[in-house]
Amino acid sequence: MKGMKGIIGRKLGMTRIFNDKGESVPVTVIEAGPCPVVEVKTKDQHGYDAIQIGFGPLRKKRVNKPMQGHFQKAGVEPTRILREIRVDDASGFEVGSEIKADIFEVGEKVSVTGFSKGKGFQGVVKRWGFGGCGDSHGSKSHRKPGSIGQCATPSRVWKNKKMGGHAGNRRVTVRNLEVVRVDPERNVIAVKGAVPGHTKSYVIVRG
Amino acid sequence: MDVIDAMEKEYEKNRFPDFKPGDTIRVHVRVIEGQKERIQVFEGTVIQIRGKGTGKTFTVRKITGGLGVERIFPYHTPSIAKIEVVRRGKTRRAKLFYLRERKGKAAQVKSL
Repeated sequence: MKGMKGIIGRKLGMTRIFNDKGESVPVTVIEAGPCPVVEVKTKDQHGYDAIQIGFGPLRKKRVNKPMQGHFQKAGVEPTRILREIRVDDASGFEVGSEIKADIFEVGEKVSVTGFSKGKGFQGVVKRWGFGGCGDSHGSKSHRKPGSIGQCATPSRVWKNKKMGGHAGNRRVTVRNLEVVRVDPERNVIAVKGAVPGHTKSYVIVRG
Repeated sequence: MDVIDAMEKEYEKNRFPDFKPGDTIRVHVRVIEGQKERIQVFEGTVIQIRGKGTGKTFTVRKITGGLGVERIFPYHTPSIAKIEVVRRGKTRRAKLFYLRERKGKAAQVKSL
């Protein structure tokens, strides 16, 4: 992977826009950056190359002492979110500089990571896409999982067997989303298709 | 939301004359066949206008060979070259779905 890059953003919502061909394209609008570089990690010092970037304003009162020191050292205003982005070569980055939406180009493919919407306790049909059981002919099991294993051997249920439980609210990455628009003045990018999480949730966009 | 509204504004162009449900309009659609581009005209009654922003659409209904044909156009699509208003219609509601159940003269909208 050449020149890995990334930015922290906030999902603003979805709309549709028209491309050059006149086709309607569904897009998710993401407020991307500007993200100050808070720390630069290099291979020599930390064992890997990465930059730590921040996003979102945070009131002074909300910052505890250790974090205050961390931001003070970098000389940047405290931010709500800090994330590390792995890069090939961190030497090109400077602490205190800003990463903006213009690191992306129209037509580029990006990955977007976020926390999916929480669905609460769900059955196997919604959570894992099971087909469920028959609905008619006197069937009493409609959305049940069916058999969950074998008999005397192994006489237990396999680990990681897909069953009902909490669905959603986990870290999800969607890859290969096309960047349809980049608006550095408004710090906004638009990617084709849907992005995990609810509106206003934080996401990481990686190139 | 403000950012999205502002972004949608850039794609919205009020290029068309004002029309309402009940009006008879001629929609000039750009059709691309291979390399060539030509204009196709779709004439009929507007039976609904819905949505806002870039998602705004309108539905045009016409009768061809005894069969009802409806086409839904995105209002802001660049593939509409122009729209002509042929006739203004008098209606008492915003959605004219009742026209679907009617035939012949009963399926007409009174002229304004």
